[in-house]
Amino acid sequence: MLRLTCPCCGVEADESELTQGGAAHLRREGPGSDEAAFEAYLFLRDNPKGPHLERWRHSYGCGKWFIAARDTVTMQVFGTYPAQGSGPPPDIAARMGGRA
Amino acid sequence: MSGRLATGGRLIDRSRALEFTFDGRRLTGFAGDTLAAALLGAGEGLVGRSFKYHRPRGIVAYGPEEPNALLGIGRAGRFEPNARATQVDLSDGLEAESQNRWPSLAFDVGTLNGLAARVLPAGFYYKTFIHPRPFWKHLFEPVIRRAAGLGRAPRHRDDDTYEQVHAHVDVLVVGGGVAGLAAALAAGRAGARVMVVEQSAHWGGRAPVDGDPVDGRAPDQWLGQTLAALEEMENVRLIPRCAAVGVYDHGFVLAAERLTDHDPGAPGPRQRLWRIRAGRVVLAAGAIERPLAFPGNDLPGVMLASAVRDYLVNHAVFPGDRTVVVTNNDDAYHTALALVAAGLRVPAILDARAAPNGLLADAARAAGIRVLAGHGIAGVAGRQRVAGVKVCAVAGEGAVVEEIACEAVAMSGGWSPAVHLWSHCGGRVAWDADRAMFRPDPAHPPRGADGTAMVIPAGAANGRLSPAAALAEGTAAGTAAATGQDRIDGSDDPTGTDIAPVWMMPQGAGPALRAKAFLDFQNDVKVADVDLAAREGFESVEHTKRYTTLGMATDQGKLSNINGLAVLSQALHKDIPAVGTTTFRPPYVPVTLGTLAGEARGDLFQPVRATPMLGWHVEREAYMEPVGLWRRPYCYPAPGETHEVAVAREVNAVRQGVGILDASTLGKILVQGLDAGRFLDMLYTGAMSTLPVGRCRYGLMCSEQGFLIDDGVVARLSDDAWLCHTTTGGADRIHAHMEDWLQTEWWDWRVFTLNLTEQYAQVAVAGPRARDVLETLSGDIDLTAALPHMHWTHGTLAGIPARIFRISFSGELGFEVAVPAARGMDLWQALLRAGQGVGITPYGTEALHVLRAEKGFIMIGDETDGTVTPRDLGLEGMISKKKADFLGKRGMERSHLAAPDRWRLVGLRAADDSVLPEGAYVLDAGRTENGQRATQGRVTSTYWSPTLKRGIALALLRHGPDRMGQSVDVSRIGAAPIRATVVAPCQYDPDGGRMHG
Repeated sequence: MLRLTCPCCGVEADESELTQGGAAHLRREGPGSDEAAFEAYLFLRDNPKGPHLERWRHSYGCGKWFIAARDTVTMQVFGTYPAQGSGPPPDIAARMGGRA
Repeated sequence: MSGRLATGGRLIDRSRALEFTFDGRRLTGFAGDTLAAALLGAGEGLVGRSFKYHRPRGIVAYGPEEPNALLGIGRAGRFEPNARATQVDLSDGLEAESQNRWPSLAFDVGTLNGLAARVLPAGFYYKTFIHPRPFWKHLFEPVIRRAAGLGRAPRHRDDDTYEQVHAHVDVLVVGGGVAGLAAALAAGRAGARVMVVEQSAHWGGRAPVDGDPVDGRAPDQWLGQTLAALEEMENVRLIPRCAAVGVYDHGFVLAAERLTDHDPGAPGPRQRLWRIRAGRVVLAAGAIERPLAFPGNDLPGVMLASAVRDYLVNHAVFPGDRTVVVTNNDDAYHTALALVAAGLRVPAILDARAAPNGLLADAARAAGIRVLAGHGIAGVAGRQRVAGVKVCAVAGEGAVVEEIACEAVAMSGGWSPAVHLWSHCGGRVAWDADRAMFRPDPAHPPRGADGTAMVIPAGAANGRLSPAAALAEGTAAGTAAATGQDRIDGSDDPTGTDIAPVWMMPQGAGPALRAKAFLDFQNDVKVADVDLAAREGFESVEHTKRYTTLGMATDQGKLSNINGLAVLSQALHKDIPAVGTTTFRPPYVPVTLGTLAGEARGDLFQPVRATPMLGWHVEREAYMEPVGLWRRPYCYPAPGETHEVAVAREVNAVRQGVGILDASTLGKILVQGLDAGRFLDMLYTGAMSTLPVGRCRYGLMCSEQGFLIDDGVVARLSDDAWLCHTTTGGADRIHAHMEDWLQTEWWDWRVFTLNLTEQYAQVAVAGPRARDVLETLSGDIDLTAALPHMHWTHGTLAGIPARIFRISFSGELGFEVAVPAARGMDLWQALLRAGQGVGITPYGTEALHVLRAEKGFIMIGDETDGTVTPRDLGLEGMISKKKADFLGKRGMERSHLAAPDRWRLVGLRAADDSVLPEGAYVLDAGRTENGQRATQGRVTSTYWSPTLKRGIALALLRHGPDRMGQSVDVSRIGAAPIRATVVAPCQYDPDGGRMHG
């Protein structure tokens, strides 16, 4: 059971307080997008063995969504950061070693 | 025959004799005994029958690795099957029964399986499942079902209680032996919060039994002093009878504690599940002795050498007058010496090694014990228990050179570190060829959140078998764990390197002998079975395990895994590391379901959400149904009324007079802010920003895929505020959906959402007399022409501040009145009083469903299942054509969602006006590619309509709306299809005059 720190309220939360929300930083495709781009947006996801950026919601806490940078094999957590952005902050990216 | 010595036994209290029964026979043991010790002490050698061949089986081990002595304990509400006798503390009056035998333990019909062993080979189940099928159904299954299986499931409710608790510690030490206690002492002295869990009732592990000095002191002396020092530390908590069963991500560990099993009748919960979050785990779980594979090694009386020594030293229990020791390492000599010291006879030590020497061998010879080097066992004499052994040369094919009479055999095939908890969360193991064991591989530990190793193995669990190494490694591990280090410099102690790996005895044994040498006692897997699997092409150890069932019993192969792996590697002519290991998974030992459930049973199974009027419904004896966590009235049967009659009465009341429904469970989400309109336009398929204040609009929400996920009425409260009603089940989900988009996609939009579901009680007042009832409650609200359909207003009703929505889900004149939750009961009572004269009738969810189905209104979850679009439901009108974008717009443009041949909403009317079966399919001509009957639609809602006095149904049907008046066939289970006519979904008051009136 993972333990992640919510960057909004600062609570170190057990996984049972959180909801996983899949890959982070997807770019939404709306009307006018071509079939391939829309298919990729809806269905195609990387399934990396190693560092991964994923969405989590502190459902049974402050209710905020955030992003966790996590290694899917070792469960190492490189950091968590707010969901409002398009990528990890530099310090977390550095800890991931440019592997995501 | 086993028995009890007149003196000795370091754990027993001879002044406290305890009576217990085994299969109804009254027996006696002592306080401090386990059930296994008491049974052996009472001479009970035969404790069970094996799973497959029903062979007689006796106690083999001393700890949780015991494969055979699985017993049913207790009776009625305190009965537990499959308890390991080695882990059951003896208590006065304990009732135990053997399992897996019929008609009796001594005479078991299933033994015939043993005679028929040649037709029950490895992979029997797989082979038989395939071919021939009738054999399985009529021959094998009935017989096997009768004879197979472990204990019987309890038939009574569990009378005991269980609890779960959380713990947060810096260092969790697993195992209370020398290494574990040394680790706790070091970590405690470093100031860490320490918790030590020990699965048995006693501290010290093997040291007090083996007797080697610890830190220059007698082991019991060291133990006493160490425990005293630990108990003085406030930051250290010692918990015996507590087994760590699983290690999970980020230092999460589950441990199961037995609280009152040893003291039945004591107050409090029976067992406790610890949910531990540990900064670092010191794994000092010890090691498990391996059996040797020789013909007849499963006969009662053949035991692990260490277990023989444990029973002897701790309980003064001996396995027989004469015990032959058979070994491939030095450690078993301890057992021979202990037996002789207790005055028992050891006719021989059969040592597989060519030239055993060293201190222990010398000591054995000096004690007058005959040591036969290079010898092993070719067979065991006796039917239900050991009568003697046939000695052979280990190197040969099993020619018997001598027969030795004995009552017991103590075997040792070396030691396997208990690496299970290391492996649960990704730790790998490495083969230590010098010691013939898998050890934790420090290069591949289970890692924690910071990327460091979260488990540090120490002592025997790390493959270091001497007390000196356990002390050194435990101390180092405790210090490391308390100071942020994640590894230790391991000891280079050579203990155990004297082993000569012998995986089958004799080494040249032919098929006949290999078919009598058991690897997995509980699942009856023999050396010959693994050989067969290898011959049939099973090269992967994971496949072999499943094919032979090796290691798949409730002991999870604690005794059998390594031996089975070694036999497989020999059969494949590969090295053991090249064959690899199977994966260890939690739990390390079985955990009772009660412990896993904890307090979550009965009334505490899950929270119940209560509307303010729930008490009234219950008092009125409404028939309740769960809707999510809510409890809602299904109907309110009058005395003597069936549910069907009650529902019909409630429907008629709404159609002809007035009914009230507790609609408080409907989701109510306030969406407010400068960008709220823009936001709702993205969320709903229709336009909400254009809704005037004071008006209501029905809205549909879709997923990005274009499928309908929720519906409800939206009311515009003010310039910048909308109240969104959701379905009862959708409130939390839709609120989360809104927050997801607001927080992660449109985070610069100025919108707040608030789930107000529980802040308001809401009552639907529906029927031609609805306005009359509300007007009786006076107040200041004009409910006539000033409040047309799909408008809302607010004011005071019966002295209660209220918001009144003129909306209808029944097709009748309808109002929904929302008041602060605390006033909900007042409103309900006021409505009942006001409507008394016109027969106001509370109605439940079933009447609600019938009413809406008569009108052809859809219900999320009935007409939708996550693959249905608004267009499928004839709701094209609800989809804005003007909006450039909304969630689901692009998704609905996908070719298969826009395809003309989708199943679309219609009504169905059975030719005989009966109620169509729920979930029935509309049949099509021909068959599918899979040979199944082709279908062209399905029934989504079907009810008896009291209004129309016939069955009504909604269905999704291919080209449905274009097929009005056509006949279709609807499937029935166990009966011929029934004819039905395609009709419009709305079968009552299609022009809506009643609703708008």
